[in-house]
Amino acid sequence: MFNPQPLATNLNEPVLAVRSLRLLLNGQELLRGLELNCYESGVTLVMGANGAGKSLFLRSLHGLLPAEGEIEFAGRSLQQTRSEQAMVFQKPTLLRRTVEQNMLFAAPEGATAAQIEALLSEVHLYEKAKQPARRLSGGEQQRLALARALLTQPKILLLDEPTASLDPGSVLIIERLIQQAADAGVKVIFVSHDIGQAKRLASDVVFLHQGKITEHTSAQNFFHQPVSREAQAYLAGELLI
Amino acid sequence: MLIDSFFEAMTLIGSADPDLYEIMLLSIEVSLTALTVSVLLALPLGTLLAISQFPGKRIVITCLNSLMAMPPVVIGLLVYLMLSRSGPLGVLGLLYTPTAMVIAQILLITPIIASLAHQTMEDLHLEYSELFQSLRVTKIRAVPVYLWDARYSLVTAVLAGFGRAVSEVGAVIIVGGNIDHLTRVMTTAIALETAKGELAMALALGMILVAMALLVNAAVMFVRTFAQRNAYV
Repeated sequence: MFNPQPLATNLNEPVLAVRSLRLLLNGQELLRGLELNCYESGVTLVMGANGAGKSLFLRSLHGLLPAEGEIEFAGRSLQQTRSEQAMVFQKPTLLRRTVEQNMLFAAPEGATAAQIEALLSEVHLYEKAKQPARRLSGGEQQRLALARALLTQPKILLLDEPTASLDPGSVLIIERLIQQAADAGVKVIFVSHDIGQAKRLASDVVFLHQGKITEHTSAQNFFHQPVSREAQAYLAGELLI
Repeated sequence: MLIDSFFEAMTLIGSADPDLYEIMLLSIEVSLTALTVSVLLALPLGTLLAISQFPGKRIVITCLNSLMAMPPVVIGLLVYLMLSRSGPLGVLGLLYTPTAMVIAQILLITPIIASLAHQTMEDLHLEYSELFQSLRVTKIRAVPVYLWDARYSLVTAVLAGFGRAVSEVGAVIIVGGNIDHLTRVMTTAIALETAKGELAMALALGMILVAMALLVNAAVMFVRTFAQRNAYV
């Protein structure tokens, strides 16, 4: 019943292309001319120390911040792909309504009750459909946020540390759904600090340091032969300033 | 004397004294009418101020908040000047009618409800705005969502407005004139009866007013408790 929609891609075109992406907020340059050509489908993991600009990068990809530069998904502009995107935030925002009503609010035209029920079952919240959403535990709230995002049938899924400080059960449920979506062709861009999770999910890794991309490589390479000094230090658990 | 007046007041209430109930019903009618109009004006105004950006927005909010502290007698005076025979709306002949009292109460409570609604909506907007941008929810579609999701806090604001309206005396005595069987409401009647030394009537009306205030506060408390229990605020 959970039926993710693949992002139509062309082998010659990057799935995600970022050119000269700059973000200035309050006179501070927080993203400094990012360049990225990501040809990998599946899960692209964005890593970096706190304050590196990961969340800002993700929000810029979603059009939530007034970043300069160009962003393209499979050859189409951010504007053209905006309706195909969904984002899950680190701190889920849930309406002051029941679990089911939160789903209904995000439901696209044509979404059926059966789809909502199926997604709620996938995230183990079907029994709690009539409960106030903000009474759920942190893990349940995040699972609901993911289910709500998936209900919009995104072709591009942006996830900002959705499993930070969640219990292993919730992490497992969320990772399974992300993997399912990625396997179906949804482009997933995922911010995480969790190296174990990155190894389990990522096909490629973008490493950010002080608002710049210092490395973009396959997950295999990143964890075994990181090239940039910053990525090496990060993986070695050293303090990055 | 006080005890006698108290028992006499209880008798007036218990015997459903026609004068007493006429005054009480007019009070409720005037305040509920003013409240209805105020809610229709104040809730959209508070919401729009919370979710829209325009030059001078801070000034408008400051003015709105300042209007909350406007002395009722000044509002009464302004309405009087507008409605008096030589005033711009004098031709309507509304002075010393319940309509004039309604207008005064609208001017008195609209800023209160709008200001409280604005604070509630601003907090909610801060919380929801990123989600709404993400889901591409337009401002037009967002307004009813804000109003619905803030309903429990807004009910509190509305009840506060009703409490303020029904207990108001300064403005309504100026524009209503405290005319028997026409514009005499509980607060103006209490002032008059006390001045006449008719403490029983004044006490009876005072007790009804206090009971109404308690009822409104109990309703506010009930709504808040229910909403908090369900994480709806």
